[in-house]
Amino acid sequence: MSSALINNAWLVCVFPLIGALVTALAGRQLKQHAHWPVVVGIGVGFLYAFTLLLRTPEGKDLVAFSWLSVGDSLKVPIELRVDGLSTMMLSMVTFVATLVAIFASGYMAGDPGYTRFFTLFGLFVFSMTGLVLSGNFLLTYAFWEGVGVCSYLLIGFWHEKPAAAAAAKKAFLVNRIGDVGFALAIFWMWKVSAGHSLSYLSILSHEGLAALSEFDRTGISLLLFWAAAAKSAQFPLYVWLPDAMEGPTPVSALIHAATMVTAGVYLIARSSALIVGSPTAQLVICVTGCVTALLAALIALTQTDLKRVMAYSTVSQLGFMFMGLGAGVGTVAQLAVVAALFHLFTHAFFKALLFLASGSVMHAMGGVIDMRRFGGLWRRLPITCATFALGGLALAGIPPMAGFWSKDEILTALNKASSVANQQGGPGWGVVYGIIYWVAILTAFMTAFYTGRAFFMTFFGPEKLPSPNDPEAEPVDASHDNGHGHDDHGHAGHEVGHESPAIMTYPLIVLAFCAVFVGMIFGPWTGWFEGQIETMIGFHTLNPSEHHGGHEWDWLSIGVGTLAGLLGLGLSYLFYGQPSPIPGRLAKAIAPLYRLSLDKFRVDEFYGLLIVKPTTLLSKIAAFFDTNIIDNLVRLVALMPRLFGRDLLAPYQNGLIQYYAAVTAFGVAGFLTILLLF
Amino acid sequence: MSDDLLLSLLWSVPMAGSLLVLLIPKQFPGVIKWFSLVVTILLFGLTLVAFTKFLSESPSGDVPAASSLRDRAAANTLTGPVGDAVTVGETGKAVGDLVVRHPWIPYFNIQYYLGLDGISLSLVLLSGLVCMLSCLASFSIEKNVKGYFSLYLLLTSSMMGVFLALDMFLFYVFFEVMLLPMYFLIAIWGGENREYAAIKFLLYTLFGSVFILVAILILFFWPGDSVGSFGGAATWTAHSFDSIAVAQAVSETGYYGRFIQQVVFLLFLTGFLVKLPSFPFHTWLPDAHVQAPTPISMILAGVLLKIGGYGLVRFAWPMAPAGAYDFSYYVAALGVFSILYGALAAMAQTDFKKLVAYSSVSHMGYVTLGMAVMVIAGESDPRYYAYGVNGAMFMMIAHGITSTGMFFLVGVIYDRAHTRDLNKLGGLWNVMPIYGAVSFLIFFGSMGLPGLCGFVAEVFVILAAFNYNPTLAVLAAAAVILTAGYVLWTLQRVFLGRSEEHKGLPDLTTREIIISIPLVVLTILLGVYPSVLLDWMNPSIIEGVVRPVTTARALTAAGKAALTPIKTTAIAPQTAR
Repeated sequence: MSSALINNAWLVCVFPLIGALVTALAGRQLKQHAHWPVVVGIGVGFLYAFTLLLRTPEGKDLVAFSWLSVGDSLKVPIELRVDGLSTMMLSMVTFVATLVAIFASGYMAGDPGYTRFFTLFGLFVFSMTGLVLSGNFLLTYAFWEGVGVCSYLLIGFWHEKPAAAAAAKKAFLVNRIGDVGFALAIFWMWKVSAGHSLSYLSILSHEGLAALSEFDRTGISLLLFWAAAAKSAQFPLYVWLPDAMEGPTPVSALIHAATMVTAGVYLIARSSALIVGSPTAQLVICVTGCVTALLAALIALTQTDLKRVMAYSTVSQLGFMFMGLGAGVGTVAQLAVVAALFHLFTHAFFKALLFLASGSVMHAMGGVIDMRRFGGLWRRLPITCATFALGGLALAGIPPMAGFWSKDEILTALNKASSVANQQGGPGWGVVYGIIYWVAILTAFMTAFYTGRAFFMTFFGPEKLPSPNDPEAEPVDASHDNGHGHDDHGHAGHEVGHESPAIMTYPLIVLAFCAVFVGMIFGPWTGWFEGQIETMIGFHTLNPSEHHGGHEWDWLSIGVGTLAGLLGLGLSYLFYGQPSPIPGRLAKAIAPLYRLSLDKFRVDEFYGLLIVKPTTLLSKIAAFFDTNIIDNLVRLVALMPRLFGRDLLAPYQNGLIQYYAAVTAFGVAGFLTILLLF
Repeated sequence: MSDDLLLSLLWSVPMAGSLLVLLIPKQFPGVIKWFSLVVTILLFGLTLVAFTKFLSESPSGDVPAASSLRDRAAANTLTGPVGDAVTVGETGKAVGDLVVRHPWIPYFNIQYYLGLDGISLSLVLLSGLVCMLSCLASFSIEKNVKGYFSLYLLLTSSMMGVFLALDMFLFYVFFEVMLLPMYFLIAIWGGENREYAAIKFLLYTLFGSVFILVAILILFFWPGDSVGSFGGAATWTAHSFDSIAVAQAVSETGYYGRFIQQVVFLLFLTGFLVKLPSFPFHTWLPDAHVQAPTPISMILAGVLLKIGGYGLVRFAWPMAPAGAYDFSYYVAALGVFSILYGALAAMAQTDFKKLVAYSSVSHMGYVTLGMAVMVIAGESDPRYYAYGVNGAMFMMIAHGITSTGMFFLVGVIYDRAHTRDLNKLGGLWNVMPIYGAVSFLIFFGSMGLPGLCGFVAEVFVILAAFNYNPTLAVLAAAAVILTAGYVLWTLQRVFLGRSEEHKGLPDLTTREIIISIPLVVLTILLGVYPSVLLDWMNPSIIEGVVRPVTTARALTAAGKAALTPIKTTAIAPQTAR
């Protein structure tokens, strides 16, 4: 392994940054070529990262200059960590980003904010690669916020639209809530860690962990998970992600499906040596993941907006990853961490593919994304249809697609956890993990169902194109009004109903290839992925599984998982493959549940009532208190001199000699009386 | 340039400028403006000269940055008995160490005594910069230009003096001189309700300064016993306005006793909290800001508020450490409350400028909190306290930059749209893209985004607070959500969306871009490479605040500082280095 290559790993971040800066400065001259610096920057970054990946680095820390330092005791250097995990993440991020950037150069063509879009895009990739490469919690935090800002600016890219501006603010605020947890975790770690170092190496090493008490470990783990839950859209902090679909579709694909939202999973996986030390935290993570996965899948079942289906699907899949991380009790730890990270990895490809394919549909439909308004598009959009199908199969977890391998590993980990959890946690924990296992399988079934539903509604059935005069077209309903009309920015003059240009379909094809093969190439067959992860800090301190050498297949999970996927797909074909009365009847039969799912369980309204309203009220009270109480007190004090001086004492200084004489006389008389009496 | 000249020029150049402006006929407003700008540029140049002198070796072979202000002050001791004509520097090498000392009113032992260390120098640099930028921003003033710039330069001069003075009497003189030009600048060039705001500012600050004066007089007159030799006097019996010597006596001997320290601390605290301002003494600030013209708002937020914080760092804590320690929890809680309260109040505002004013209240809460988190008892490491003080100082600089920028940006839009009502603004990013980009950056800096200046300050303060009391730290950390709330909501209401009404407003002019550039650059630089400031500020903070406070705490803990003054003659006379 040539050390020069590793020592300069920071270049992977710098290339996209340079690209972004060039685009920012020269965008006006480059005009419609403004994407080139960014595409090239990210592409070169990918080549570098992939070279690193092929060399299988052993794990190395690089330290640049000292960022924050006070005297000798507080030093936060800019330090990077290059190991299997970071190179794997880097390669994935830059690879997907390159393809999405190419896609976007077609998708965004003609938008007045073209330059701004690619500048932000490059900045995002810079922050994301920085986050992955960082070897220090505080530096991670910095990039963590960096990706948040880019996400904010990109969600609000079409900020003239009030819904987009509101969604951007919501995303940032919810993430900010998570950041508080992260910050507190960092302060806590700093306080208890030996030598007050915040680098991964010193906290996650064996000695570093030994210095922490059980309480510290649980507390820090839960705070980190709090942060991760906001970034990775877990219950109850997932509400920002579906709204984030107001951003341009490539942004949804890259940031809100493939990369940024997985940062939380990455953080927890990175810290797994710490998390494993606290079974309580693991159970919390697992249960939260399970609840999120189920809830989001239930919502996805009824949504009619293609992008929102994908958004809820992302939330649900992130829940799967957390289930995997939470399953790492006892001897399952290594398996569970690898499973979760592997699902993160495969999910990035097929979910980016599904989003881009949705974007392609949207592009062809002139900005319409409501699945009720189009149908039977397979003939008109053959490439989009085929690639969407492959992505959908991967999401549904059908062998041998990428999603199958990773989902299966998570199920396996959960299954094993249910058998060992009793010894690790306490009596009854095994049952809890057992329930989670079956809920996960149920969720897998629903995943396959809504994926199939989205696919069949879009591409099957009688051909239908959206048109304002279309008698079939629904009146513009509330959810639609919220926001997708704007996506036809720059698509002016574009004929409705044609396949997207090659610049957009080629990325789809490449991603479809990945959606099919990455599972086989990296998965348990070859053990490549696991071999990479092994170089992560603290991986060997996790309890190793009893059976070493070769992958152990859990045939129950494989069988049941695959069956669930096939059943879901089959059922969806039955419902939506042809025009069928079943869905409508079913919806009527369970109307209350159907409405609840359609209304997303009213979580947003709940937040509005419980958090937003009280906060605004409190701020109004504070402002009222300020002007009417505090300031009036101040004025009252200011009034005192006048009260005493003018109103109370001044009347006696009335200038009448007789009056003064009288007062004097009475005064003397009074004094004399007192003298005489005493 | 000798110290005498340099330090005196720092306040006398704008003073002279203020007088010279009066000689320019008022038919030439352009000449007046350019002349004033040249004066402030010259002043900023002088602060940079002072900065280089601070970091480089003096002819006597010392680097001022490397030695504590206390040592340098001792090297400039006045020799001879108090009251006689004395010469300076006979005991030490008085050249090039950025301390100047001459007798001024010998009868009361009042000295013309100026000095710079990392604490004051950082603020002097900030003042130099902000004064220059707001002078440039003042070019749009049309009414009575001559009077405006004369008062403006007088204000600048007194602010410099406040940061330079080490003699408490001299400090107080500069402190009071500062109020009058400020009063007139608001009362004459302000908005509709300017007279009310101006008089409120004046009376409120005078009210605060009474407390400061009383504290100074107590320190001067309190009949402590003689405690050996400080500041060159053979026997040191208080009766000194020498802030450095008093702080040393207090920390090393517990000179005034604990009770008097408590009284002095509360007096100083009240006085400077008015200036800072902190809840509940802050209500003059929104009024003053809303009514003041833009450049004066910039000065007010960028420099004047820092005088409150500077007073806390230089006077309240070092001169009454035992008192500060006794009240630390309440002061820290007040700081946290100010942070939350300011943020909540800011959220409810509809006036852009008022919102920024309340955000200042919120941010200044971090200064109070950072100073108050005195983790110096028991097994805790006193170094943690250094993070708090560093954070407080860093917050002052960071806030000086971002709030100057924010008030400037509010002024820019007020000049164009003639409204500051957040509900009437909107869609400005499309209309004024450069303005939008600068605003996002400055507001994010104020919000404490990593990589920008506010973040560093918040991390240090909350880190120290976490070691002091986790509950307070959690509350302070949670405040970032509120901060994000009002900043993002403001940005949404001002910049996002579409607006027909404001279409065609011109983007930033060249002059405005020139003002923005230093602020933008510093916002990023201090966030990415804070060492550029911390490296030379931290040693002064350690020597000037943390060490004296820790020493005093050790003394109190050992029971040496009883409620009555103690007799100690064991202190060795200060010898020249």
